[in-house]
Amino acid sequence: MQARPRDPATMISTETDILAAAEGWRRDGRRVALATVIETWGSAPRPVGSHLVIDQEGNFLGSVSGGCVEGAVITEALDVIEAGQPRVIEFGVADETAWQVGLSCGGRIRIFLERID
Amino acid sequence: MRADTLAQLNAERAARRAAILVTDVADGHQRLVREADIAADPLSETLTAHLVSGKSGLAAAEGRQLFLTVQVPPVRLVVIGAVHISQALAPMAAGLDLAVTVIDPRTAFATPDRFPGVPLVAEWPEAALAGPVPALDRYCAVAALTHDPKIDDPALIAALRAGCFYVGALGSRKTHASRVARLGAAGFTPDDSARIHAPIGLDIGAVSPAEIALSILAQIVATLRRERIRAVP
Repeated sequence: MQARPRDPATMISTETDILAAAEGWRRDGRRVALATVIETWGSAPRPVGSHLVIDQEGNFLGSVSGGCVEGAVITEALDVIEAGQPRVIEFGVADETAWQVGLSCGGRIRIFLERID
Repeated sequence: MRADTLAQLNAERAARRAAILVTDVADGHQRLVREADIAADPLSETLTAHLVSGKSGLAAAEGRQLFLTVQVPPVRLVVIGAVHISQALAPMAAGLDLAVTVIDPRTAFATPDRFPGVPLVAEWPEAALAGPVPALDRYCAVAALTHDPKIDDPALIAALRAGCFYVGALGSRKTHASRVARLGAAGFTPDDSARIHAPIGLDIGAVSPAEIALSILAQIVATLRRERIRAVP
């Protein structure tokens, strides 16, 4: 998963800037998925409404967990970019998968993943 | 999400207008509700509550789970007068995520030394609001603190015309009565003038400049969180 060279877009931080970047990426012809934190329990690292935008090469911008589960979200996002159907994914210490990718803070998050068409 | 929905959401934000994206979590069906259309929407009560709080979140409607992506323009605070109260107000306002600008044509007051790191415009309010400071809108609060009608009045007039969610002016009740009379002569109705919080600030018995700044900010937050929606045209 190669990151693109740093450009001004990688410096942005607010959720709304990320939506602007998603629109720009799509307009540039990149295939794009958007991840949104829709629910959190316990001490989740990023608030509800946080976004992560991902392209078909695995480039991403934003954050849904402060780095804990981004890798897994990106993998799912690549699936969504291919399949087109939105899906909801969940991460937390209660999951079997938590031993591989989970939130060390003990929280749980639910993420909505959708393709920008 | 359809690319055109995303573009519309971004366009509303660029225009500093609130909007809510409603997503059906089960099937991904989406619709964008602009602030002006919320009152007539079947989900108006839920959407209004989210708009006022400014928070995105889940909601249930007709057995469906919905996610509301709430987009509210960042609130700006325009302070008229680079005075002692403003020096206390500016850093406190920044802590509340208010984007502060201080306007004062008196260059002895409007100095970077007195306002480190605060956007400062040493112009008359009309000139400042016509160029260097972005135009006022409904997501702006205006606090007029100079005690000088020559400086405060034009800013108050601009704030009333722009429909700013909060307008406040320093001065006693007697001072305010004279102000209302001047605004009346300028064509503003008593209802218009009643939108000005004067004397400015919640009545917490504030004495020091920092206490007065606190009372002003408390009043701004109260107006933003409780009353703003009533001002929607």
